[in-house]
Amino acid sequence: MTTRIFGSGIRRREDPRLITGQASYTDDIKLPNMAYAAILRSPHAHAKIKSIDTSAAAAAPGVVAVYTGADTGAGLNPIPCAWLVPDCDIKAVTYLAIATDTVRYTGDAVAVVVAEDRYQAEDAVELINVDYEILPSVTNPEAAIQPGAPQLHEDAPNNQAFHWVAAGGDTDAAFESAEVIVRDTIIQQRLIPNAIEPRSALASYLPAMGELTMWNTTQAPHIVRFLTSLITGLGEHKIRIIAPEVGGGFGAKVPVYPSDMITVFCSMKLGRPVKWTETRTENYVSTTHGRDHVGHVEMAATREGKITGVRSVVYAGMGAYLSTAAPGIPTILHGLMYSGPYDIPNLKADIYGVFSNTTPVEAYRGAGRPEATFLLERLVNLLADELGVDPVELRRKNLIPKFDDGHDVAMGIVYDSGDYNLTLDTALEHVNYQHLREEQAHLREQNQYMGIGVTCYCELCGLGPSQVAGAGGFGGGLWESAVVRFYATGKVNIFVGTSPHGQGEETTFAQILSDELGVPVDDIEVIHGDTDNTPMGWGTYGSRATVVGGAALALSARKIKDKGRALAAHLLEAAEEDIEYEDGKFFVRGSPDQNKTIQDIALMANVAWNMPEGMEPGLEATTFYDPPNFVFPFGTHVAVVMVNPDNGYVELTRYVAVDDCGPQINPMIVEGQVHGGVVQGVGQALWEGAAYDEGGQLLTGSMMDYAVPRAHMVPNIEVLSTVTPSPHNPLGVKGIGETGAIASTVTVYNAVIDALKPLGVTKLNMPLTPERIWLAIHQQ
Amino acid sequence: MFATEFEYRKATSVAQAIEFLTANPEAKLIAGGHSLIPLMKLRQVRAPAVIDIGGIDELRGISINNGVIRIGALTTHREIEASSEIAEACHIMTEVAGGIGDPQVRNRGTIGGNVVHADPASDWPTVLTALGAGMVVQGPNRGLGRRGGRTIPAAEFFTGLLETSIGPNEVLTAIEVPRLAQNQVAEYAKMAHPATHFAVVGGAVVVTIDGGRCTAASVVVGGLVPAPLRARAVETALIGQELTTDNITAATERINIDLGSDVFGDSVFASAEFRRMVVGVEVKHALFHAVGLSHHAGEEDDGHDDHGHDHGHDHDHEHNH
Repeated sequence: MTTRIFGSGIRRREDPRLITGQASYTDDIKLPNMAYAAILRSPHAHAKIKSIDTSAAAAAPGVVAVYTGADTGAGLNPIPCAWLVPDCDIKAVTYLAIATDTVRYTGDAVAVVVAEDRYQAEDAVELINVDYEILPSVTNPEAAIQPGAPQLHEDAPNNQAFHWVAAGGDTDAAFESAEVIVRDTIIQQRLIPNAIEPRSALASYLPAMGELTMWNTTQAPHIVRFLTSLITGLGEHKIRIIAPEVGGGFGAKVPVYPSDMITVFCSMKLGRPVKWTETRTENYVSTTHGRDHVGHVEMAATREGKITGVRSVVYAGMGAYLSTAAPGIPTILHGLMYSGPYDIPNLKADIYGVFSNTTPVEAYRGAGRPEATFLLERLVNLLADELGVDPVELRRKNLIPKFDDGHDVAMGIVYDSGDYNLTLDTALEHVNYQHLREEQAHLREQNQYMGIGVTCYCELCGLGPSQVAGAGGFGGGLWESAVVRFYATGKVNIFVGTSPHGQGEETTFAQILSDELGVPVDDIEVIHGDTDNTPMGWGTYGSRATVVGGAALALSARKIKDKGRALAAHLLEAAEEDIEYEDGKFFVRGSPDQNKTIQDIALMANVAWNMPEGMEPGLEATTFYDPPNFVFPFGTHVAVVMVNPDNGYVELTRYVAVDDCGPQINPMIVEGQVHGGVVQGVGQALWEGAAYDEGGQLLTGSMMDYAVPRAHMVPNIEVLSTVTPSPHNPLGVKGIGETGAIASTVTVYNAVIDALKPLGVTKLNMPLTPERIWLAIHQQ
Repeated sequence: MFATEFEYRKATSVAQAIEFLTANPEAKLIAGGHSLIPLMKLRQVRAPAVIDIGGIDELRGISINNGVIRIGALTTHREIEASSEIAEACHIMTEVAGGIGDPQVRNRGTIGGNVVHADPASDWPTVLTALGAGMVVQGPNRGLGRRGGRTIPAAEFFTGLLETSIGPNEVLTAIEVPRLAQNQVAEYAKMAHPATHFAVVGGAVVVTIDGGRCTAASVVVGGLVPAPLRARAVETALIGQELTTDNITAATERINIDLGSDVFGDSVFASAEFRRMVVGVEVKHALFHAVGLSHHAGEEDDGHDDHGHDHGHDHDHEHNH
């Protein structure tokens, strides 16, 4: 028996080209006769466009064309929202590629210049003269829904985009009869995703063929094709979307953007390739943001510490328009997860989607589940304080006991499997929790402020069953596909509908196939990201690629194995039921020397010289896999911080993540995903936050002001795991891409509040800057 | 992020750079490019011409003669950080250099470019002012054999926000720093901005200790004032005292007298008012470290309790003497 490749931390196969600069991103691609687009964006948060004079720009050197909303409006349909959550009075307001009469956020597109080179395009943009009438603006979602707030859209009174309620049990009764209630107002500040690669689109329309090819920085090329067809009116079969290397997305490269459609419009109009790449400054205002909730949350419990209910009223900022998946995030991906890993019988999520004069909000790593985890874990800590018990013991008292095949929670969803006490025990033992508390007490005696945060989480991912997607208003399916194609030489291509952009699936998918069929990883190549040569799939987000796409691949591999067994039986002149398979060989039971390797089978199937009666040539299998449920990874995270009361500075001294994502295909990649997610979540707790001024100008408009975590700002993250397979997934796997970000923000937040407990501080807004902490201490 | 059109000239000598500057007073000198290029890409600077002095060898290098450390203007932060001569003669500079930006910035950015840019959040202006450095500048020769060189004391060099007293056609060629005497210690502490590592507030101290008492002090703060500010009230309170925890704490509380009402630098990360409240803390901790005291009253400094002050290392939380 050889060492299993499934579960082996082999190096990422995509890294050599990425590290040595041989990889090609959208902006690296140059086509003959290509022109460059630059977009003029509104400098105002809210204004009427009284007039636009493009004549000087049009006459500038190198300028090919200048278009305004009047032009694009005649060629492009509005940008659709693709997640129209039902039963919540959703207002699908008109979202134009280029604004015509009103701009609604700083960064709204106003005009586009196409020139022979990028510098000429930028120079000409400065020559466009726009006469604005500035209107009052509002950026905070709770303020925006109040009577008298500036109104963004005529068809969305009070700026209400939707009002969605989900409930289970009898929450109001639970609160009426509660022995203890704790409350908080939680601001999930707006975040800027900051993928290292800015967004880009290169559109090439061939008028003679009526065909459009677009290279695009996207996480979901098939969705882009689908929506591009709706926006341009071109047939889906005439559109090819290619996602070359994509340098990070975190959700912000899920949506279909106005800028990309403007680029398509220019190419269609001019009949030549046009490229648009955002600058970092532009990225900060025109690429989607994340989070932006103001939530009023409460927890009911008994004096013994049994949680009896959780309810909320949340104002979720949507930005100025509804981005592709935005409405689903604070609702389905957030409101349904109010029980986390706990047994809570009564739950209610009361969610208002709100328009404001800000950049549209989209998925951002975790997308709704970090916010749900935060409110739950914050409330548990407040309850522990109220009851005077250790927050860990309170958690233990409420955790759902181990289950391995389905657990119903009050919100009506069914968790797949969980062993929450196991990750908690593993984490507490690893950090020696008792000892940490003793150390904390000792330090407090010396006026040194150490804090400990412990989070238990359970999240929903692996999106998802298509029937549920449909019922939830998602404008597409959430199944995946995988084609496995063997060549005569025994080499293999895997074609997948998911679109990895940093997650390492060129490695892990090869490991899945290698494990199933005994083909060396080096004989396998994973093809993705091009709608012309991959089967339909819905993309990479929501920790779904391995869970759903990996399952499709495993099932295709098993189909290959079935065909291989039948062909081997024929070639070995044995009955099919007497053929066994192990480690890439089909053999007659009891006679392992009488065998055919998978490579022998691939050769014969491809040349087809000696096939059994009725068997088709070729060795290829396709699977369209629609998962029966989501998956629910879980874990326990622990953070230790030191807070300096002199200057309010927080030092994160220790971070431990114990996660359970089922069997791990590649533990090194799992660890990398945990590291990345944890650091992004820590960023939200300590450093990151988009801030607008009174006039709707983004104050954190560059990396000079918006602090993205750097390696030296975090300690080495200690990653541990437990393994609880998902009962319904063919590989037993659960997602791991978002767990870090889901758990770490509140873990660090709770640790800081814990540190400040002797100083009387119970509440702070994020990010936990030295100033906020210092003021909280000194205002006591 | 795309600069407006500009002319590029490469100077091969200081004299040629001055000649180009004289011919085109609107031109900008470029060395490491770490301050100028971002401003040009943001179109906040629209220089018609850029004169590249990066290849002028006479502007490089570190030497020590007669108790003066001479650092060529083109010397990178990394070269300063790595210099064993500077580590021996003026260790504070080693630490400051190592705490600037990130490795890429330190490898490309030069001390000369940094000081002529005169960013109030930069570390060098504060530290060089405290050290009593001299800025050696070269202008056009003034005829009759009179050469155009002069040395401007750091205290007179930094005149305001992004402003120096260097003339329009002068080139900074070197920075001269007196080496620390046996009875002198120097330290710098800053609260680093998490986005950039620039100083939200920073304090540099140079103290002379004779017979157990402070006999001279140079205390300079930055990050919250347009140009480095000498904290005379703090200095006065230190001189003649034993540098105990109590005396240092009492002296640094006088920083408000020096700051007056002119505090600067409101930002999302730190208001001007907060900067005023914590700059004294940084000065205090710089002094504690300089004389080997702990942050925490009554304890020996074991180097492990240093939270939130940056003493010139990439790790905000480390401290090495």
